[in-house]
Amino acid sequence: MLLEIENLAVEVAGKRVLKDINLSIDEGETHVLLGPNGAGKSTLFLTILGFPQYEVVQGSIKFKGQDITKLTTAERVKLGIGVSFQTPPSIRGVSVRDLLKIESHQDMDEELNPRMQELAKQLKFSDEFLDRDVNLGFSGGEVKRSEILQLLAQMPDFTMFDEPDSGVDIENVELLASEIGTLLDKDKPQGSRKRSGLLITHLGYILNFVSADKAHVLIDGVISCSGNPTEILEDIRKNGFNGCVECAQCL
Amino acid sequence: MDVLSVRNVYEDAQRAKDKKAALGADVTIENFTDETVNALDMIDDLNDLDKQTRKDLLQVGVDTNEENRSGSFLQVDQSNIFTNNSMSSSIEVMNIGIALEKYNWLEDYLWNVVKPDADKYTAKTALREEETGVKSGYFVRSLPGTKEVMPVQACMFISDEDIMQTAHNVIIAEENSELHLITGCATGDDVGSAMHVGVSEMYLKPGSKITFTMVHNWAEQVEVRPRTGVKVGDDATYINNYILTSPVSTIQSFPTAYCDGKNSRAIFQSIQGGKKDSIIDVGSRVLLNAEGARGEVISRAVAQDESKIYARGHLAGTVPNVKGHLECHGLVLSDDSFIYAVPELEASSSNLEMSHEAAVGKISEEEINYLTSRGIAEEDAESMIVRGFLNMDITGLPDELAEQTQRMIDMSLDGM
Repeated sequence: MLLEIENLAVEVAGKRVLKDINLSIDEGETHVLLGPNGAGKSTLFLTILGFPQYEVVQGSIKFKGQDITKLTTAERVKLGIGVSFQTPPSIRGVSVRDLLKIESHQDMDEELNPRMQELAKQLKFSDEFLDRDVNLGFSGGEVKRSEILQLLAQMPDFTMFDEPDSGVDIENVELLASEIGTLLDKDKPQGSRKRSGLLITHLGYILNFVSADKAHVLIDGVISCSGNPTEILEDIRKNGFNGCVECAQCL
Repeated sequence: MDVLSVRNVYEDAQRAKDKKAALGADVTIENFTDETVNALDMIDDLNDLDKQTRKDLLQVGVDTNEENRSGSFLQVDQSNIFTNNSMSSSIEVMNIGIALEKYNWLEDYLWNVVKPDADKYTAKTALREEETGVKSGYFVRSLPGTKEVMPVQACMFISDEDIMQTAHNVIIAEENSELHLITGCATGDDVGSAMHVGVSEMYLKPGSKITFTMVHNWAEQVEVRPRTGVKVGDDATYINNYILTSPVSTIQSFPTAYCDGKNSRAIFQSIQGGKKDSIIDVGSRVLLNAEGARGEVISRAVAQDESKIYARGHLAGTVPNVKGHLECHGLVLSDDSFIYAVPELEASSSNLEMSHEAAVGKISEEEINYLTSRGIAEEDAESMIVRGFLNMDITGLPDELAEQTQRMIDMSLDGM
């Protein structure tokens, strides 16, 4: 297993948000995390990422066989975890270009490498745009594209995407989906994919463009069901998340 | 009787010799030496200075090789030991005393936008000029219709313990001319305590432009009281950049630009890094006194250790159709440091537009988290944010000078 989460319980500011999470993602797999607002989807993400305010009170997270529960965020990222945020903060004086150089392990004095320059162009960023302070005054679409561009610099083994399609117009969703595909080895045959991912979406729209192997429904801090993404999405579309609650109660 | 006596400059100064400044800690001037300051010999080349001094000068933007410069001026303690006036036919650089001998009209420009009785520091500077009969400081002037893109470099250097350094500078941009200045102020490595008072008066004639970029690097026990007034004529633009990132005892300054000309413009940009127990009280003031005048005051302050920073900005609009914006951002990095942001807007006419934004706080955890999620260690993330925060885009400089200024800022921020 690439990522193994066992009996995970997490508190934020003393409040238990995740209760008993078990989740495993294998090499080459793409999973989807569904659930209503406030269910704990982002908490799970940020706990995997290791942000300090998410306190693991029970259970463990293993990545590539190593227990990473106590590692810092930067250490986890070095092991091959990446994330695109839904609404990242803007940082004055830190440019997209600076970040891309750091993320692709380049010297700050060097010019941005040709691969990144090309990818920036593909994601419709001009050269001048790269010198802008990251996220400062970016449109919704620019934020998402910049997040994906940064991930392409990192090329993590395991990438989490938090609502990568929210607030993005249709034309750009396809563009983003194609780059997300690159990050998840979708251009390779299923058997030889190495990179894995976990997508948060509450509408599931992005799944029209990015195929997923498995879906999980998170409700009230618990994974209430897991299974085939298409079937689960269909259920949710028909019965809403209430259907999942009832389903979970049957279990 | 000279013009200044007729104008009662010295009488005014005499009356103000004990007048405390409106802002900043009161410095006991008598603790510093002003009588036994040695007169120093002129040097032929800035590279004749010892290695350490050359390094100190470079830190504040003064290039001893004089590359990409249009003139140089160096004052050590009270002596003007080096002037290079021959690098540009558009610009004059000389000691103020020599300039006064050359141009009898120059006296009209003395004690005009800075008043001798403003406080005891200006008074001291005026009285010292009268008592010793020696005027220290520089005169820089761009000739009418000329545009020299290379900057003049001017440096005030304190080389000896407990020295009281005063200087009286006059900068004039004649009609439709452009003038760029880099001024660096520093102390020798073995100087602990000293005092610096620099009176600077600037005059921008119609259609002219001055950029004035100042880097300070004082020793930890130096008291600094610059006094600056700028008169901006019709369609003229004044840009002031100020960088301080090294510890100092106390510094208090509140340069004022008088936008008296139609469509005149003044921009103040300052970067302040407070360290150790420095007390930094730096503000900028723009008085919008003519139609179409615009003023901008932008400052970034970071307080570390036990430092205290008072970040002031004052815009006053007195006539219709003027525009001003004030921006003051501060980061407080330790529990013992302190930032007091004082943005002031004053409107005494209808139909004018003035705004301000001020924000003071700690480094945002969200920003640190964001950078760590890109694999950057927490400590590095913090320093990136601080440097990024202070590293503002300096506007209005010619390309070459902008690059140099960026390097100066980078160098100043290296220790942050």
